[in-house]
Amino acid sequence: MQDNKMTYESIQTQLVSRAKQLLSEGKVQRVVGWRKGLFDYDVTPSLFTTADDLEKNFVYSEWCGANLSKYLVKETRAIETAKDTVRTNNAMAKAKDPNAPQAAEPMAKVAVFLKPCDTYSFTELLKEHRINRDDVYAIGIPCNGMYESVTDNKTAEQAKQIAERCTVCKNKMHITYDELLCCDDESKATARSFGEKDGRFDMVEKIEALSSDERFAFWQNELSRCIRCNACRDVCPACTCEHCIFDNPKSGASQKVAADSFEENMYHIIRAWHVAGRCVDCGECSRVCPQSIPLHLLNRKFIKDINEIYGPYTSGSDLDTKPPMLNYKAEDAEPSVVYSRDKSPADSTAANGGN
Amino acid sequence: MYTLPLSQLDSFFEAVGTKMPLYIPQDNTSGKADFVRWTKGAHLSKALKTVRSAKDFFLPKTETLVSYKLEGKKIEIDDPRKELEDFVVFGVRACDAASFAIVDNVYIKQTPVDTYYKNRREHGVVITLACTDPAQTCFCKLYDIDAADPKGDVSAWITSDALYLNANTDKGNKFVEAALSLSKQNKLSLSESDDKAVSAQQKDIRAKTEKLPFVHLDLAKFAGSNMMNVFNAKLWEDLSHTCLGCGTCTYVCPTCMCFDVRDFDTGHGIKQFRCWDSCMYSDFTKMAAANPRLTQKERFRQRFMHKLVYYPMEHNGLRSCVGCGRCLESCPIHMNIVKVIKAVNESSDVPVPTTTKGAN
Repeated sequence: MQDNKMTYESIQTQLVSRAKQLLSEGKVQRVVGWRKGLFDYDVTPSLFTTADDLEKNFVYSEWCGANLSKYLVKETRAIETAKDTVRTNNAMAKAKDPNAPQAAEPMAKVAVFLKPCDTYSFTELLKEHRINRDDVYAIGIPCNGMYESVTDNKTAEQAKQIAERCTVCKNKMHITYDELLCCDDESKATARSFGEKDGRFDMVEKIEALSSDERFAFWQNELSRCIRCNACRDVCPACTCEHCIFDNPKSGASQKVAADSFEENMYHIIRAWHVAGRCVDCGECSRVCPQSIPLHLLNRKFIKDINEIYGPYTSGSDLDTKPPMLNYKAEDAEPSVVYSRDKSPADSTAANGGN
Repeated sequence: MYTLPLSQLDSFFEAVGTKMPLYIPQDNTSGKADFVRWTKGAHLSKALKTVRSAKDFFLPKTETLVSYKLEGKKIEIDDPRKELEDFVVFGVRACDAASFAIVDNVYIKQTPVDTYYKNRREHGVVITLACTDPAQTCFCKLYDIDAADPKGDVSAWITSDALYLNANTDKGNKFVEAALSLSKQNKLSLSESDDKAVSAQQKDIRAKTEKLPFVHLDLAKFAGSNMMNVFNAKLWEDLSHTCLGCGTCTYVCPTCMCFDVRDFDTGHGIKQFRCWDSCMYSDFTKMAAANPRLTQKERFRQRFMHKLVYYPMEHNGLRSCVGCGRCLESCPIHMNIVKVIKAVNESSDVPVPTTTKGAN
């Protein structure tokens, strides 16, 4: 892909035939992929279980920006629940009668197609034990950058350009997978580069350079459009709480639509804190926001800060490194570093080194 | 019918907007449009529609129902309803205008009357605007809504060089009278006109909407008599499988009208407010016990069953969808009512009802 620039169409053909093969060989029972929409741009993440369905409806194109990794939480849980049921039944039967016949555990596996950046959130989810690795057959697939998401055909025609999140893509390397499809030479995959741009933190720096009043005004304007649909949270692969505090009437923080704008802003800030050090910067939050609020910039600010304060760290880049927010070291920066950074950006290195 | 040269549109908004609260669709910093109160320098957005629908004016995202103030043993009760002043909303599209009747059926025409909603409806003057350039995602025509002849208190059309206004209701007549005197004061040339230009535009709009991809969908299967067949169809599992359970579709939808009531402790009193709620949420309608719909499949099915089957059964066949296309545009996974209708139509699982009598 990196060198010979395969078209999405030809990749799609290979993905379909591989998925069909996996199904027919019984290696997997379900395939998570992307389903054709009414138009080119409205692709839906979807489940496939038959060759016929894959043949007719599976699609891989520049409009497949949706990150499928989070669906594996639900998929693998269903598999584990089915296995647990059989195990429990077997144990109960055995307790009654030591010679009782034991049912076989259901063989179930789900295949998933992951773009390089999707493998970061997949890895992070594995690290947090949200996905049972054994239940997944992960197929790494190439990506040449996805289009900016659009709302209708007219904008689709105008917006056939690589999404911002792809222009600052971390790299084309797949982190965790069972096999790679259409990616011939993995060593070259580290080269980043869909667009010319290298400035992942450019926009963050721009906002940092504002005065605190201007910064407040910037976020006030952006967040004032929020309708609290929760799409950002529900799509986020780092948001996998069993029961979100904002959905729990007993939490005292439950909100459907906030009582006032202050609370509404807090929702996004609390969420950004909660995913700090775990966010893989996939940009799904901003992609799905019906109000086009650049939510990923909040997360990117945290990533930049973590890099500066605790040293470079890329969440989801491996299964072993302890995330800085969960890993106490004696030489960690003191909380005061935040204040000193705020007062005088020039002194921040000194404050960092000094502590 | 009255007309005003388009070059005077900004001045017209100024004349009206300085006299009474006037809301017009304006571009926001994200490049999309919202209804925003007119202030000096505001321009009418060229966007076909706002991200959020016009229901926000009558059923706002949150609204205080009553406030209690406590001082010692004294309790002060404040009813916010009396403070409302008349306001004007310009640029409501035909779909959104049609949605008001659907919500009125529930909140005004049934008892108990929702006095908060009614109060806002009575104080709002709706000026609709014909859609000269409908999007591929528009399908209002499926529900017999005419984008070329939008209803509301006053209907408006904008041609290449003029604005046309036509009052439909008493409220509309009053607004036009006020507008005439305001334009006189401000030396604007709002004057009587024939409907030639408007008719020409209407012909053009109708030809365009006729060719849109979803305006001829078949809704025969969604008859009340077919309710259980649609309800029990297997397809809901597949369609809802990747639904995130967010509330985007319900919050941008002009006919989704569910709300929740909450209390907010202000420290020296209680603010009881209501806010939008979504049947897509796991904590929807958590009243005495729990949400009766335990899975996302059931929540997802509820939303479409309500719009296409249950509501029409209660309201003489009127569907509670107006084809504005917002769910097609905003759903994070691009699942929507058109895909649902098509899936049901293609499914051998759901028979075509033999009779539609007594159904819709």
